[in-house]
Amino acid sequence: MTAADTHIAAATPSPADPGHDPATLPALAIAGVSHSYGTRRALIDVSFDVQPASFTALLGLNGAGKSTLFSLITRLFGIQAGRIGIFGHDISHAPSEALRLMGVVFQPRTLDLDLSVMQNLLYHAALHGIGRREARSRGGEVLTRIGLTDRMGSKVRDLSGGQMRRLEIARALLHRPRLLLLDEATVGLDVKARADILGHVRQLVTEQGIGVLWATHLFDEIAASDALVVLHQGRVLANGAVARVIADAGAADINSAFMRLTGATIQTGDAAS
Amino acid sequence: MSTTAIPHRSGFSLAEYVTCLTGIVWREGLRFLHQRARFVSALVRPLVWLFIFAAGFRQVLGFSIIPPYETYILYEVYIAPGLMAMIQLFNGMQSSLSMVYDREMGNMRTLLVSPLPRWYLLFCKLVAGTAVSLLQVYAFLLIAWFWDITPPPIGYLTVLPALVLAGLMMGALGMLISSGIKQLENFAGVMNFVIFPMFFASSALYPLWRVREGSVMLYYVCQFNPFTHAVELIRFALYGQVNWISLAVVAGCTAVFMIGAIIAYDPSRGLVRRAPGGGEA
Repeated sequence: MTAADTHIAAATPSPADPGHDPATLPALAIAGVSHSYGTRRALIDVSFDVQPASFTALLGLNGAGKSTLFSLITRLFGIQAGRIGIFGHDISHAPSEALRLMGVVFQPRTLDLDLSVMQNLLYHAALHGIGRREARSRGGEVLTRIGLTDRMGSKVRDLSGGQMRRLEIARALLHRPRLLLLDEATVGLDVKARADILGHVRQLVTEQGIGVLWATHLFDEIAASDALVVLHQGRVLANGAVARVIADAGAADINSAFMRLTGATIQTGDAAS
Repeated sequence: MSTTAIPHRSGFSLAEYVTCLTGIVWREGLRFLHQRARFVSALVRPLVWLFIFAAGFRQVLGFSIIPPYETYILYEVYIAPGLMAMIQLFNGMQSSLSMVYDREMGNMRTLLVSPLPRWYLLFCKLVAGTAVSLLQVYAFLLIAWFWDITPPPIGYLTVLPALVLAGLMMGALGMLISSGIKQLENFAGVMNFVIFPMFFASSALYPLWRVREGSVMLYYVCQFNPFTHAVELIRFALYGQVNWISLAVVAGCTAVFMIGAIIAYDPSRGLVRRAPGGGEA
């Protein structure tokens, strides 16, 4: 058994274990994950957890390895080394159980532009085996929650960038996941749209107890109450509560903590938008 | 904060599998209907062959009576099954093109992160592509009926299983090819190297005994071409008969292409390994 195996076994006992309460498992447990593209190492021994009902920010510059990590978590890429568990379900060995509990918003838009808002939701529901009637009902609920009910019949290509992102979040919630992954979900949006989306996702954490992994390169999207993972050149440089990461780096704020940890500068949200 | 229980479920019910299949077929159908130009071009291509090429060659080519035909036939009648298979061949390649496009645009991720087994999702994509090809083939048959291509009425029904199998084979071949294509721009070249040799080195336009008279080697190439067997399977089925050799070849090729396509789309082996920088899946 490798160190990674030991870590994940300790952190994520199987949900099928008798007497075990799945609600106490980490929503996401990443243990010793490494990934290479040929000779280029994209991720090196990455380990961290995301707890249920928590907002974890994955902070890193473009090229830090965030998207590769998302591809591994969602099983788009096969895992070369290490283990990834979702509520104790190993993504390599029990992908169906793991993916059922996960909602994903990828960095590139993945909506079907020629279909309507509701048709996109119905298609996603079908991919999760949710029947048409139930899907319509759930679709209505999530659209109400994100304020897109009036655009239900609109073609997706007629929506604004912010509306498309909200729709992608609604779609990711349709099958009622317990873990939500968002990869640079606010890229290319204006300040208000960014704030709306961030506020909505934080609401999901507090009101529905969903565990969120929010990948970003914008430090002003991180709140003091969040958990923070700093990823740089494929390595986790810091992992813990925001205040602790700042204190451990001997810095005054996240920006300077990040600079001290990585020797790099990072964009502010205002600069990015 | 509410604390929702974490659901723990293994496996899927039959209803969930069926819902997924119908959802993917429905989406593919909607996309096809939205792309009217695709529908028109899918019909125009075989009709040009039927109305112009076949009319021109009617006087050039003579036919002895060959199964499944029981009498002398017009050249248009002979090439109709080949044109039906051609529709399916182009549709299979078109579907694989859209898979490459979806992969580049990111839409494929939506499909691949579904909790249902990946092999099943790809199978659903194949079925969806085949369903679209059936619409095109029957639209072609309808128009061809006015051009005196009139198989026995029961033939419209008996040809259906043959079309399904041939459509799956062509779709699986397209999917297998698309898994090896890195960029959309490379697709046109592949089309030239796959579609045209497959179509011309087959019994779609001329019977194999005619080919043998011209070149024995080409005859054997045609015999080994799975498209030839798809054409013959459709030809016989259109007249309520079964060509067992063609059935075996098409079924075997369908299985081989499908397994190859599924393996090629496996994240640990297929296209994603080649993706640099966490790019496309």
